[in-house]
Amino acid sequence: MRKFVIQALKKPFTAVMIAILIGFLVGAVTLALGGFDPGRGYGLLITGITSNTRRMAQVLVNAVPIIMTGLAVSFAVRTGMFNIGADGQFIMGQVTGAILGFYLPMPAIIHPLFIMVCAFVVGGLYASFAAYLKNRFGIHEVISSIMLNWIAYYFMNFIVNMKSVKVPGSQHSPEILDTAKITFFSREFRTTAEGEALLAKHPWLESVVRTDAGYAILVMIAVTLLLWVILKYTRIGFELRAVGYNYYAAEFAAMPVKRNALLSMFISGGTAALGGAMLVMSTSYFITMLGATEGYGWDGISVALIAGNHPIGCIFAGLLYSALKLGGTEIQSRMGAPTEIINIMIGALVLCIAFAPALPRLAERLERKE
Amino acid sequence: MNLLNTVLLTVSISLMYSAPLIFTALGGVITQRAGVDNIGLEGMMAFGACGASILCHFTGNPWIGLVVGALFGATLAILHAFIAVTAKGNQLISGIAINFIGLGVGVFLTRFLFNGAAQSNSTINEPLPKLLGLLGIDKSKSRLLESSEIDLTVIFAFAFAVLIWFVLYKTRVGLRVRACGEHPGAADTLGVNVTRIRYVATILSGVMAGLGGAVTSLTISYRFTPTVISGQGFIALAAVIFGNWKPIGATLACLLFGFAQALTVVLAGIPWLPTQILAMLPYALTLLILVIFVERSTPPKALGQPYFKGQA
Amino acid sequence: MEQDTRTLPDEIPGNENEAVDAPEIRQGGVSDYAVEMYGISKSFGPLKALDHVDLAVRKGTIHALLGENGAGKSTLMKILYGLYTKDAGEIRIMGEPCDIKNPKQAITHGIGMVHQHFMLVENMTIAENIVLGSEVTKSFGRLDRERMNRTIREFGEQYGLEVDPRQVIMDVSVATQQRVEILKALYRGADILILDEPTAVLTPQEIDNLIVTMHRLVEGGKTVIIISHKLKEIMASSEYCTIIRRGKVVDTVQVRDVTEKDLASMMVGREVMLTTEKDKASPGEVIMEINDLTVKDNRGVEKVKDLSLHIRRGEILAIAGVDGNGQTELIEAVTGLRKSEKGEIIVNGRHIENGLPVDTHRSGIRTIHEDRHKRGLVLDFQVGENLILESYKQKRFQGRCGLLSWKKINDYANRQIDKFDIRPAGSALQRAKELSGGNQQKVIVARTVEQEPDLLLACQPTRGLDVGAIEYVRQALVQQRNQGRAVLLISYELDEVFDIADRINVIYNGRIVADLDPQTTDEQAVGLLMAGGSQ
Repeated sequence: MRKFVIQALKKPFTAVMIAILIGFLVGAVTLALGGFDPGRGYGLLITGITSNTRRMAQVLVNAVPIIMTGLAVSFAVRTGMFNIGADGQFIMGQVTGAILGFYLPMPAIIHPLFIMVCAFVVGGLYASFAAYLKNRFGIHEVISSIMLNWIAYYFMNFIVNMKSVKVPGSQHSPEILDTAKITFFSREFRTTAEGEALLAKHPWLESVVRTDAGYAILVMIAVTLLLWVILKYTRIGFELRAVGYNYYAAEFAAMPVKRNALLSMFISGGTAALGGAMLVMSTSYFITMLGATEGYGWDGISVALIAGNHPIGCIFAGLLYSALKLGGTEIQSRMGAPTEIINIMIGALVLCIAFAPALPRLAERLERKE
Repeated sequence: MNLLNTVLLTVSISLMYSAPLIFTALGGVITQRAGVDNIGLEGMMAFGACGASILCHFTGNPWIGLVVGALFGATLAILHAFIAVTAKGNQLISGIAINFIGLGVGVFLTRFLFNGAAQSNSTINEPLPKLLGLLGIDKSKSRLLESSEIDLTVIFAFAFAVLIWFVLYKTRVGLRVRACGEHPGAADTLGVNVTRIRYVATILSGVMAGLGGAVTSLTISYRFTPTVISGQGFIALAAVIFGNWKPIGATLACLLFGFAQALTVVLAGIPWLPTQILAMLPYALTLLILVIFVERSTPPKALGQPYFKGQA
Repeated sequence: MEQDTRTLPDEIPGNENEAVDAPEIRQGGVSDYAVEMYGISKSFGPLKALDHVDLAVRKGTIHALLGENGAGKSTLMKILYGLYTKDAGEIRIMGEPCDIKNPKQAITHGIGMVHQHFMLVENMTIAENIVLGSEVTKSFGRLDRERMNRTIREFGEQYGLEVDPRQVIMDVSVATQQRVEILKALYRGADILILDEPTAVLTPQEIDNLIVTMHRLVEGGKTVIIISHKLKEIMASSEYCTIIRRGKVVDTVQVRDVTEKDLASMMVGREVMLTTEKDKASPGEVIMEINDLTVKDNRGVEKVKDLSLHIRRGEILAIAGVDGNGQTELIEAVTGLRKSEKGEIIVNGRHIENGLPVDTHRSGIRTIHEDRHKRGLVLDFQVGENLILESYKQKRFQGRCGLLSWKKINDYANRQIDKFDIRPAGSALQRAKELSGGNQQKVIVARTVEQEPDLLLACQPTRGLDVGAIEYVRQALVQQRNQGRAVLLISYELDEVFDIADRINVIYNGRIVADLDPQTTDEQAVGLLMAGGSQ
């Protein structure tokens, strides 16, 4: 038993499991302190997401943007950069999606593909700027990225607020053209005769039709696999990982380290922005003036941490995160407990992950006592 | 007359915005000088702001609010200190977690205590005293005097800046703190208790950041909302970097940022300058200054590295 | 000194594997011994660093602890100084049993330690570094700088360790920094001084000064324990020597009764082959030429000044010198890590000064860097990944569509592991950080040698290795030379230089001051040149 514990403590997976456990524990305690029944609370959490296929599909749909930002952050970490600017890059992607989606008419299929490429480039450049500042001026990417986050946020508000953009009587930009949308079925479809016929024939499609499920899911899976292959099987991925783990050794082995820092942030930022554009194209269809950032980038950081910075892990971590959030709204509406519980749970979870480096050391100490 | 009025107003608003930044930045200087990275200042500020407004609301006494705000900040800092110093975990991640927790618990408490509202009730009826008022000068005599009114907390901020400068460079404690941040091995082998110093420094930073948050909610927004602290913690961090980890330098940087934020208020009415661009100003300014001044950046050598005993 | 009449008592502790009971404290309670350590054991995880070690150091003597890297000498002293806690055993200071849990306690017992890697805060002054932790204060906790400076100056004069307390550590020489370290101990009233590898960074002249200082300390009533693996210095300075091998004490001897060879055998446990077999060299054409190279370091100080040298195919050229005379900056300039102010570096006809590491690579140079953890290996990478760190672009490691084939890579890695005797066998998938220092170095050597570079730069290639690995690496370098390639060796160890070099260049103050044939010179002459003397 003891041996098992020692071996387990050495694996990074264990740290994540413990973190999740403690997160749930903290959540339960917080609920109890707030005068709510934790059992009922968690029960609602589970039913909130599993009670029907539509809910489960919604978890998946909601997970897509944060999986994208999670991928962005993990990729950066694996290659030596901490991309704390995923939020700002995501926003730039949203802006790109909303503007190009409306102002640049294009044929179907080409339109979304074009937007995705543009968003990737915009996000990539935006992120590379932070890397450039680090390369050229030695400024730590954490500070510059945070500044860029805020700049992006105000930039979006600025764009939406422009007289030429804002839809009168609202706080948002015009809805993107149909050619740019990537949901499987448009929202009106359900009410058409064709739609109702289809649903009668295949009732399970209801979850797909009622949520905004779309090609975004497929793109997300493709991007995940692509990033994983790049990291593990390509020469450039090998270089990026080497730079990530030991910049100096990589430099000495004649790897183009400065270029790699830029490339790594480019890919990372591009992925985050792609997520933003995908969100606009599949769910929101426009961008809004916001009082505060929606925080997709910050969620992505948590997802990346839970996933241990592994691309495929991000999918599972993202689903977990999305499930928690959706369940949280259920707890709020049925029980009146504030959604902040979920934030606190996640905060506790991340805190435990900060603790992770200590576990292998604990294992060593236990070993010694034998 | 109008120009002078505007200038005085700008100055006093700048000072108002600078004060919370100064408190927090000083906290940042203390931890980083001792070798502990702390990007959770934002969460500590938020939590402090929450504590301050809640206590002020329930007790009617803003001074208690101030003290409690500091305590709330310190509580979060203890967590961070444990992870950074004892568990020797990842300080960056811990800081991010604290940001989540600080805001999360803060809003949770607010909802709990104020019947589900996400912000604390009403304006604070008993504000902290202001300088001219305290000195017994009757403000209503002139518009000029009214524009030059500043909060007492601003004076405190400057006082703390000088105090911290003194302690850090002129006293024995300050020498030890600096040694912990540059070469903890050297300090340890000479019998300095690195663990204790780093703990105390981190908790102090929580106190200062909590104070910063308290000052924000008590003197600027007069309530606690989920967005009362949006980025100030990080701006304070940036101030630490351009101040080159020196208390006076960081204070000057905070004044600059406070000034930038004041501009967004004072210049708000101008038609050709959209508010959003103006709001971007502090952040863009930060980047610009970082670029110009970073050449001579000298962080404490052991910053962010946990200290393991026996390291030679 | 009155050493001649004293003889070693019969039961001086330190004989191999004999557990000795602590001798009774003599009548009157005063012991002849400053430090007594009995049955000390210490483990770090599965590694047993010290196994029932006994040590007795007589008052007022210079006592050496001799052993190879990793033998346990530093660990033993760190226990004495309270940096580590012992797992078992007993310690007595001046006859009094005591339990030292931290350096502060050690200091109160009168023990001071000068570490191998100086524990000095670089951007603080000498005074601040000396008084840290024992500061003198005025009211409000303010530092009393005048008083502290005065005390330091007085100490300095007493022991011949003059320093200017107001200077910043960054700006003073290594020898001065060492004085500061010694003053740190004396300032705190140390009667027992532990010096950990003190001569590693000094020129021969500075080493002589240090030995004089040690004798002055002993004259002043202090006891000095010196940890070293340098036989010559131990012979020249110490009265007693305890030899430690692999965590156990081999013996304790009076230095005047033994020879260097005796000490060396006891240290490694077998007759040491201090020479590497090699045939005579037959150098060919010039492969690298450096002309009037001037390089500045990070602080803008010229570390390489108008340096010129050349090296031919088929020869091993060793650059001998004390650390800090420009070797680091020279290598950085050749490998593209640092720009030069002026001068040329021409390899195979190509100019590579002010280039990037990739230019150095392209001109056929591969390097074994002296810092294997920072520059040599990616510790979190697997051994296999490290072995292809410089050759991952080759087609033989690719599978479908130009993607990396891990099967091919791991097969190659396991073959290399076999060929170069990297332990543990079959470790292609293990992380490099799990290997021992010697095996990590073998990985780097394997990788570098396999690429058959025209010029191999080897910087301190045997640092921190055990004797077996040292022999191995030297053989590999000689083999390179035998195959008609060039080897440029940078070494701070004269033994190594004289062992394998075909030609010696001495570097001093950023210049090559001599070009010698090892057959026609000796270590004394080279040592003198290294310290700036003339031929």
